[in-house]
Amino acid sequence: MLLHINDLHASINGKEILKGVNLEVNAGEVHAIMGPNGTGKSTLASVIAGREVFEVTQGDVVFKGKSLLDMPVEQRAREGIFLGFQYPVEIPGVSITNFMRTALNEIRKYRGLEPLSGAAFLARMEEKKKLVEIQSKLTNRSVNEGFSGGEKKKNEIFQMAMLEPTLSILDETDSGLDIDALRIVANGVNALRSTDNAIVVITHYQRLLDYIVPDIVHVLYEGRIVKTGGKELALELEEKGYEWIKKEMEGR
Amino acid sequence: MASEPNDILNEVTQSEYKYGFVTDIETELAPKGLTEETIRFISSKKEEPPFMLEFRLNAFRRWQSMKQPEWAHLNIPPIDFQDIHYYAAPKKRPELESLDQVDPELLKTFEKLGISLEEQKRLSGVAVDAVIDSVSVKTTFSDTLAKHGIIFCSFSDAVKNHPELVKQYMGTVVPAGDNYFAALNSAVFSDGSFAYIPKGVRCPIELSTYFRINAANTGQFERTLIVADEGAYVSYMEGCTAPQRDENQLHAAIVEIVALKDAEVKYSTVQNWYPGDKEGRGGIYNFVTKRGICKGNHSKISWTQVETGSAITWKYPSCILQGDNSVGEFYSVAVTNNYQQADTGSKMVHLGRNTRSTIISKGISAGRSNNSYRGLVKITKRAENARNFSQCDSLLLGDKCGAHTFPYIQTENRSSVVEHEATTSKISDDQLFYCQQRGIDTESAIGLIVNGYAREVLSKLPMEFAVEAQKLLSISLEGSVG
Ligand SMILES: Nc1ncnc2c1ncn2[C@@H]1O[C@H](COP(=O)(O)OP(=O)(O)OP(=O)(O)O)[C@@H](O)[C@H]1O
Ligand SMILES: [Mg+2]
Repeated sequence: MLLHINDLHASINGKEILKGVNLEVNAGEVHAIMGPNGTGKSTLASVIAGREVFEVTQGDVVFKGKSLLDMPVEQRAREGIFLGFQYPVEIPGVSITNFMRTALNEIRKYRGLEPLSGAAFLARMEEKKKLVEIQSKLTNRSVNEGFSGGEKKKNEIFQMAMLEPTLSILDETDSGLDIDALRIVANGVNALRSTDNAIVVITHYQRLLDYIVPDIVHVLYEGRIVKTGGKELALELEEKGYEWIKKEMEGR
Repeated sequence: MASEPNDILNEVTQSEYKYGFVTDIETELAPKGLTEETIRFISSKKEEPPFMLEFRLNAFRRWQSMKQPEWAHLNIPPIDFQDIHYYAAPKKRPELESLDQVDPELLKTFEKLGISLEEQKRLSGVAVDAVIDSVSVKTTFSDTLAKHGIIFCSFSDAVKNHPELVKQYMGTVVPAGDNYFAALNSAVFSDGSFAYIPKGVRCPIELSTYFRINAANTGQFERTLIVADEGAYVSYMEGCTAPQRDENQLHAAIVEIVALKDAEVKYSTVQNWYPGDKEGRGGIYNFVTKRGICKGNHSKISWTQVETGSAITWKYPSCILQGDNSVGEFYSVAVTNNYQQADTGSKMVHLGRNTRSTIISKGISAGRSNNSYRGLVKITKRAENARNFSQCDSLLLGDKCGAHTFPYIQTENRSSVVEHEATTSKISDDQLFYCQQRGIDTESAIGLIVNGYAREVLSKLPMEFAVEAQKLLSISLEGSVG
């Protein structure tokens, strides 16, 4: 098992957001996490990635057999966890090229690999840019600075392609994308699917799942995963909304 | 894992000064104290002609009647000017033909800094005039330069071999009585560099000087004079690191630049004097007067500085834009960490018509440091259509440091346009998290973000310097951000 989350509770400023999340992800799988606004989807992603503002009060997150909870953020990343951000931040003056080169070499160093040569690195950049149809110009620009919403999301998938993570968590990568960009990004993600890695997509919409077809769909509601099913579950949600789930929960 | 962002910043800001070592080179010291006697001693040691002694004595008298300035946003401990050696020279001043003859200790020092003369010579084709404790030890590439008629030598040698040039230009940009520290320097300066680029000559290599304070308790008083004759061009690099020690050290340098008609001078500095320890003990007091005059029409002077060292920095590289259509530029990155204090900026004095100036200042403060920008843009009556653009940005790391901006604008001509922009920002947790999530640790992330922030200035540095400067920013913010 790649990722095993067991009874995870996490809070911020004393307010509990995650209230006992259980989740298992195996290599080769694509999971979708859906759920109403503000129920803790991004929080779950942040906690897996190790964001320190969230305090884990109970439970565990085990990745490739190791507990992540005592690992700093960068170590989790080097272990193979990638987070595609819902709101990618701007880093003025730092070119994407320089940013990716630093990141990739840090990750390689952690894994006992030599840094990539300049030529090999640039070749890899070119290859991965094609994957998400990024124009060359973009990579000379500062990280996310002045990018359109769509460009930011493409850039996240580009970085995912560059770093070849084992577990990718993509937080609303579809939001802000036009129809063509959605297809391009989804195709990029699909190209990165393999039997060795896993992808968790957080989304509100079925249209993304038309392209990236999930093996398993979860509904996160009020800090818990309250429903898990196959890809049909997403279709059902698309049709009926979340009301019936809320009712079900209240009925309990 | 539950460490607060501030703890991380603290950790990162608190690594020790990496270049703290003392080289063991025999030195000859003047007795402590400053009197006319001292000045006569210096002048005779250096076998100077009478006009130099006169210049020094005049400056000394001016200095005696002056008071140490107090207007800067700095907390300067009292300096006992009588408790300082005003002259130190390597005892043996060997006549050198090759690097083999250079004191091996000295070579080692350069190697530790990663700037061995050997490497410099071989790899980058840079002529290096290395100043160690006031007296030039080695000047390289003089042959190449001589072919173009370029003079690049120690100040002392210039006094000996080109007294007419020294006499003509010394003190014309920074008069002996300009300010307290300039007067002090003019009285006691030990050595420095001199460069003269003749008419129409484009200097084919970057001229470079590495400074180093070495003897205990020795104030360092460098003096540099650069003259670019009509149509000449030169790029000059000044860089320094200093060994770690306890006592505070006074450093009061002067740099004068003269650009005649159509001439251009680019002056780049990487300043990395010992900043003191984490508690603010020790470190260099750096009081520098740097000024250039665009004397002729269409001349240009541009200052680029990366200031990471010194306990106290007091420094305002300036341009007097006298010639019509002349251009002055100032690009600065100033980093302060721990208890460092910097009050730095520029003065652009527009005298000629259609003169243009640009000021780009990037302050970075961390720890408990204080970082001030202070600048003056002055447009005089005659300066029709003068233009200035100033941008002063401050970046704060942590919440215990200070950033201040003191822009002064004086305009006496209505046709002028003066623009000033200022921003203050912090490295956000979101930015750090984003970098870390890509596998980059906090320290490198801060280095990356800071270098990005300073990119506009770093890009103005000569290539080989830019690389060094980037490392330096990261190193000096190790234990902070930078
Ligand atoms: N930094 C923070 N400080 C305080 N509260 C926070 C913080 N981050 C998240 N929260 C709160 O935690 C709850 C869950 O937020 P989260 O962003 O995880 O929701 P989400 O499921 O991703 O929602 P959306 O679908 O709108 O993206 C919300 O009530 C939110 O206000
Ligand atoms: Mg969210």
